[in-house]
Amino acid sequence: MAAQAALVRARDGARLVLHPEGAWTLAATLAPLPPLLDELFDAELRQVRFDCSALAAWDSRLVVFAREVAQRCAARGVAFDADGLPDGVVRLIALADGAAGRRDGAGHLAERGFLRELGEQAIAFLRSAGELIEFTGAATVALVNMLRGRARFRYRDMFRVMQDVGAEALPIVSLISVLVGLILAYIGALQLSQFGASEYVANLVAIAMAREMAAMMTGIIMAGRTGAAFAAQLGTMTANEEIDALRTAAIPPIEFLVLPRIVALVLMLPLLAVYANLMGIFGGALVGLTYLDIDPLQYVTQTREAVTLTDFGTGLFKAAVYGVIVAVSGCLRGMQCGRSAAAVGEATTSAVVTGIVFIVVASATLTIVYQVLGL
Amino acid sequence: MSAVTDDGAAPHVSVEGLAVGYGDRVVQSGLDFGIRRGSVFVIMGPSGCGKSTVLRAMVGLLEPRAGRIRYGGTSLWDAAPERRDELRRRFGVMYQGGALWSAMTVVENVSLPLEEHTELDAWTIRRLAELKLALVGLSGFEDFYPAEISGGMNKRVGVARALALDPEVVFFDEPSAGLDPISARRLDDTLLALRDALGCTMVLVTHELDSIFHIADDAVMLDPVSGTMIARGAPRELLETSTDERVRRFLRRGEA
Ligand SMILES: Nc1ncnc2c1ncn2[C@@H]1O[C@H](COP(=O)(O)OP(=O)(O)OP(=O)(O)O)[C@@H](O)[C@H]1O
Ligand SMILES: [Mg+2]
Repeated sequence: MAAQAALVRARDGARLVLHPEGAWTLAATLAPLPPLLDELFDAELRQVRFDCSALAAWDSRLVVFAREVAQRCAARGVAFDADGLPDGVVRLIALADGAAGRRDGAGHLAERGFLRELGEQAIAFLRSAGELIEFTGAATVALVNMLRGRARFRYRDMFRVMQDVGAEALPIVSLISVLVGLILAYIGALQLSQFGASEYVANLVAIAMAREMAAMMTGIIMAGRTGAAFAAQLGTMTANEEIDALRTAAIPPIEFLVLPRIVALVLMLPLLAVYANLMGIFGGALVGLTYLDIDPLQYVTQTREAVTLTDFGTGLFKAAVYGVIVAVSGCLRGMQCGRSAAAVGEATTSAVVTGIVFIVVASATLTIVYQVLGL
Repeated sequence: MSAVTDDGAAPHVSVEGLAVGYGDRVVQSGLDFGIRRGSVFVIMGPSGCGKSTVLRAMVGLLEPRAGRIRYGGTSLWDAAPERRDELRRRFGVMYQGGALWSAMTVVENVSLPLEEHTELDAWTIRRLAELKLALVGLSGFEDFYPAEISGGMNKRVGVARALALDPEVVFFDEPSAGLDPISARRLDDTLLALRDALGCTMVLVTHELDSIFHIADDAVMLDPVSGTMIARGAPRELLETSTDERVRRFLRRGEA
C-alpha cells in the first residue's frame, strides 16, 4: 500500500501558506502538481510560506516541489519564506541553486601449443552451444514475462531494430537473392539440358529458394549485418559497465536490451525471406527466359506448380529460427564481452561466426525433422 | 560526526569474513567491518589493491569467494534472486568510469531508474532528475549526450544517477577523482548534505585525503601486499594513533 501525501493551501489575502501533509516520498501517491502549481499564483499573491507541522516523512519529492515554488515565486516577484521547511530541504535547495571521469587493459594471452589450442577450441564450441541454449532460455522467460505484461519492453528499440533489419537491408538482400537464383538456374540448366528437361529449371529454382536458400541467405546476411551490430552495441555497453549499471539499477538487461532485438529479428526475418524468395525466382527467370529461351508463361506456370504452401511455410519457419539464432548470438557475445576495445572486436567476430555456424546446424537439423515429419 | 564507536545499534551493512577475487586469484580476503546507518564509510588503499572489486561484491555484481555481506540482517548473496533485486532497488551505485548509458541523454540517464521503479508522472520525474543534476552542478546540460560532456562531468552525472531514487545505501567508486579541487569539495558537501537530509548510508571508495578527512565517519584501509585490511576506524584517529607504518604513510601523503 503506497503512502498518502496531500497539499493543503491556506490563503489569507495576499499571503499563502502551503501545508504538505503525510509522506512526501517517491513512493507516495499524490495528485499531479503542475496544474496545482499553475493555480497557486495570481495577481494578488505577495507572499508564500510553508508549514510542515503535519509532514510525516519526506525525500527529494518535497525538495523538487519546494524548489519549484521558490523558483516561480522568484520569477513573479513574490516573497518566498523558507523558514517553515525542514532544514535539510533548505540546504539541498541552496546547494542545487548554488552552482554552475579509466579502464582496465585487455586480458593477456599466454603462448599455447597447437594441440592444446585445438582441444580448447573444441571445448569452446560445445560450451558456446550450451551458452546459446541457456541464453535462449533466459530470453524465453523474459518473453513470457513480457506477454504476461510483467516485463519492461522497449517498443522504441524494437521499431528501430525492425527498421534497420527490414527496410535498410532490402538492397543487399535483393542483390544476393537475385544472384543466388541466377546461379541455381545456371547450374540446373547445365545438368537438366542433358536430359532435354531444361524447363524444369523453374521448379528447381523455386523449390530451392522456398525451402532453403531464401531463408539461409537472409539469415547469413543478417548474421553479418545485424548480429555483428548487436554484438558491437552490447559489447561497448559491457565494456563501459553500462550493463552492470543496468543490473544494479535492478533493470534486467535481458528484458531491456535483448528482448526487443530478438522480437524484431523474429518478426522481420521471415518477411525478408518472402522478399528473398521473389527475388531469387526473378533471378532464375532471367536465366530461364534469356539463356534457355523458356516461354514466360510456361516459366510462371511451372513455378506455381512446383511450390506448395508447405514448401513456403517450412522455409519461413526456418527463417524465424535463424532470426532467434542471429539475435541471440549477437546479444550473447556482446554481453560476454571483456572490458576493452579489442574485446569488442572479438565479440563482433565471434557473434558472426557463432551465428553462421548455428544457422547451418539448425538448417540441417530442421531438414531432417521435416523429412521425418514428411513435410 | 562522532568517531567510530560501537554504539550498540546493529550496523546497517555488515561485511563478515569477505574474500573476493577473479579466476584463480584472490584479491582481498578476511575483510570484517560494519557500517552504521546514516554514516559515511570510506574504503581506502593504494591503486590496484582491490577497492573496486570489494565494491562489486557489495553491490551484487561479483560473487564473493567466502564470507557474507548483510544489509539490515539479510545476506545479499544468500538471498533469493527476487529478494536480491529488492535490496538492489534501494542501492545507488556510481561506477569508477561513470558507466553512463551512452545512447541516452544526461537527463534520461538519471530518469530511467525513476521510470522503472516508481509510479511518478513524467513532470515529477523530469524535475527530480533536474534536481539531482543541479545538486552535482550540472544544470543546463540535461539534454547533452554522455559523449558530449567532459570526463569529470560524466562522473558527476554518475553521481546524480546513483542518487536518483533517494537510495538507502549509495556506493561511489572514486567520485571526486579527476575533479578540480573546488568541484571536488562541492561534491563532498553535496554528499554530506544528502546524507544529513535523507539519512542514507554512504560507502565511498577514494584515495583523496582531503575528501577522506572531510567526510568520512569511518574507514578501512586495504593493503595490496598482504591482501587484507590493515586498519579500521575514523581517519583522524588513525592518523593520530595508528602505529602501522603503511597506514601512517598513506595518511601523510607518503611522508614517513
Ligand atoms: N575483471 C577483472 N579480471 C581479472 N582481474 C581483475 C579484474 N578487475 C580487476 N582485476 C584485478 O584485481 C585487482 C584489484 O583491482 P581493483 O579494480 O579492485 O583495484 P582498485 O583498488 O579499485 O584500484 P584503483 O584505485 O586503481 O581503482 C587488480 O590487481 C586487477 O588487476
Ligand atoms: Mg577502482
